[in-house]
Amino acid sequence: MESKITVKEYLAALKENRLLGLKCQQCGFVTTPPRAACRKCAGFESKVVELSGKGRITTFTSVYIAPQDRQGKTPYLVVMVELDEGPWIMGNLSGIAPNQATIDLIGKRVTMNNLLISGKPNPENIPSPMFVLDN
Amino acid sequence: MRRVAVVGAGQTKFSGAQPRTNTELFTEAALEAFQGANLKNKDIQALLIGNVLSDYEEGQQIAHTYIAENLGLSNVPANTYDGACASSSVAIRDAFIWIASGMYDIVLVGGMEKAASMGTQLATHTYAMYVDRYYENPTGITFPGIFAMLAHLYAKTYNIPIELLKEYMALTSVKAHKYGSKNPKAHLQRELTVEKVFRSPMVCQPLNVYDCCPFSDGASALILASEEVAKKVTSKPVYITGVGQASAGGLASQQTHLPHLIAREIAVKQAYDMAGVTPRDIDVCELHDSFSIAEILAVESLGFFEYGQGGAAIAKGETEIGGKIVFNPSAGLKAKGHPVGATGAAQVYEIYHQLREECGETQVPSAKIGLTDAMGASGNIHCNLVLQRGW
Repeated sequence: MESKITVKEYLAALKENRLLGLKCQQCGFVTTPPRAACRKCAGFESKVVELSGKGRITTFTSVYIAPQDRQGKTPYLVVMVELDEGPWIMGNLSGIAPNQATIDLIGKRVTMNNLLISGKPNPENIPSPMFVLDN
Repeated sequence: MRRVAVVGAGQTKFSGAQPRTNTELFTEAALEAFQGANLKNKDIQALLIGNVLSDYEEGQQIAHTYIAENLGLSNVPANTYDGACASSSVAIRDAFIWIASGMYDIVLVGGMEKAASMGTQLATHTYAMYVDRYYENPTGITFPGIFAMLAHLYAKTYNIPIELLKEYMALTSVKAHKYGSKNPKAHLQRELTVEKVFRSPMVCQPLNVYDCCPFSDGASALILASEEVAKKVTSKPVYITGVGQASAGGLASQQTHLPHLIAREIAVKQAYDMAGVTPRDIDVCELHDSFSIAEILAVESLGFFEYGQGGAAIAKGETEIGGKIVFNPSAGLKAKGHPVGATGAAQVYEIYHQLREECGETQVPSAKIGLTDAMGASGNIHCNLVLQRGW
């Protein structure tokens, strides 16, 4: 059985600010980033869906010591977001100073906006979901 | 299934960058294990090694075959296990299964790493390869970052002010360094204060440098044998009575269980059930304190404290010698050091000597049952072992 979405297709959509997922035809759970099996029930019957890109921050960190290819770009914020459709996803947070982040970020509403990113996100040009705080 | 015992154990001093090769490090640990077991290289029937980055460390693949040659192991089957930071624990579990099955009687198992020799930049880069390449790595996340996120989630979930959690975390590191000062084979042997933890540079908010274990060089080795062999070669065999192993995907995929790591709870239950013991029976435990928050999460998932209570228990000294249960009398990953591939077998090295009452100043009185807890990556790999006195 072929993948419903290849990693390449998922990442290409992300660059256009479209977050794709797979909705399980057995239990209804949405798995994103996509996996062959449903994150909740392990079923393989699924349908490609486009998600809202909206959710709330469940946790975060500001990275001060980074891998080699990110030296000079620190600190930066990494967040875990619970999407409105259910799945948690790892991404970045833009729009606030990473050295001003506090634990009050947890619970804040965010929306994905990958069109904010100018230039390549990393040397391999692999995008990650970029979130911004809702007003 | 046959019973399987640890009959010999060896460990190099764990250290910062040093000039010896991975093969030389493992050989030193193996020779110490041979000596303890009163066995010779020709007695070994298989070699299982935990190692993750010898390619980056020294441009060497299949190091296990050169180690077998260096030790004169007579063309025995040799394998390397990459279970990230749990590599040699996973190798020990497989060695256990090989011997328990009846196919092998005597297996040399352990691991080595020259993580410090890579330098902080390359080491941070290579470690970051253990998160999901396409779905996590592009965020720039690191392992301190993963555990920093778990620390924030833990504080929020259990309604612990982050300042208080940071104090619990710092006290966890202080405890590790105290035992480090008593272990001549530890990488970090200087005592630490809470103030020094707080003053150390930020790695990933809220983790400072002293919330994190060091990159270390070192090796550890064990000889595992069937009960029949064990009875002939030692009067104090340490039996592996329970083993457990489980896996998980990326951190987000573990969402229903976070901040605790689901694979640990599955693996340790397997190990407890197989050994027929409960957390209350454990006298001494070597657990995976790669980060201060990681120890707090571990003591809860292993069943020693309720969720949300681990930090306070450690801060009160309940987990030190003389307390309710002793964690990491070796100084753990935090101060003994973390040469990735060697870490799991080094945990067993400590428990082996604890159960044989050979630990001097850091001996846990009358320790009869021990537990090891090894975790790889973001909780992707977990392996637990229960060990008991065989006399």
